[in-house]
Amino acid sequence: MRNILTVVMAGCFALVAGCGEKPQVIVYKQGQYQGKPDKQPWDNAQFKNDQMVWEKAIKARNESQNEYVRISN
Amino acid sequence: MARMKFLCDAERCIECNGCVTACKQEHEVPWGVNRRRVVTLNDGLPGEKSISVACMHCTDAPCMAVCPVDCFYRTSEGVVLHDKDLCIGCGYCFYACPFGAPQFPQDGAFGLRGKMDKCTFCAGGPEADNSAAEFKKYGRNRLAEGKLPACAEMCSTKALLGGDGDVVADIYRNRVLKRGKGSEVWGWGTAYGKPEKGTAPAGPKS
Repeated sequence: MRNILTVVMAGCFALVAGCGEKPQVIVYKQGQYQGKPDKQPWDNAQFKNDQMVWEKAIKARNESQNEYVRISN
Repeated sequence: MARMKFLCDAERCIECNGCVTACKQEHEVPWGVNRRRVVTLNDGLPGEKSISVACMHCTDAPCMAVCPVDCFYRTSEGVVLHDKDLCIGCGYCFYACPFGAPQFPQDGAFGLRGKMDKCTFCAGGPEADNSAAEFKKYGRNRLAEGKLPACAEMCSTKALLGGDGDVVADIYRNRVLKRGKGSEVWGWGTAYGKPEKGTAPAGPKS
């Protein structure tokens, strides 16, 4: 009886052995961004990681806000 | 590298709220959250002025400085964004922001304050570009599509300009020169700092 109890107890400990407390806080550095990293806006299928193409597209959009240029063309 | 900025021309803004509607529609912003709004000074009086206000993506953003969980970051284009998975909705950023930009959805019982929401300069957030998760949390990522913010592009009178600070400033300078008035840009000094006064170099005078 005592042996059975010992085996059962050992089994119970073995079952919950993997349920230890996990670290819940990442390495905290004061004043530094703690969230997920973000990709660059040109790092996608449309711009194929080409920053120059993206900047050209943005510049064209930017210039189109100037109606003095837009209307005269 | 572009340094993204907003500029609102109070001489041109006609308080149509087109920018507000464009933002709401583009990002499917919920009720009670206004990423952009139009403020009118001296409403109803002759000479009233309207300004479209949202997050200005400040150079030295006070929201970043006060956030207790450091969930803010600045992209290489100068856009101030935040990670909603980290935000605890404390509201410190709201108190720190000179423009009242941070918004908090109150959709729970007892006035529960949700995670902060604000203008993203249509640049999404820290999720895969143009993914469902990004849209749900932050709205559409127009910058990754090579487009500028919907509010600025939608503005019918082009009072609201958004984009590379140098280009935007050039457009505005040209405009002021042509019309000969209204050179004051509301909020620019607060958001992007005033030009430093020229100081004499240190050392003995010759």
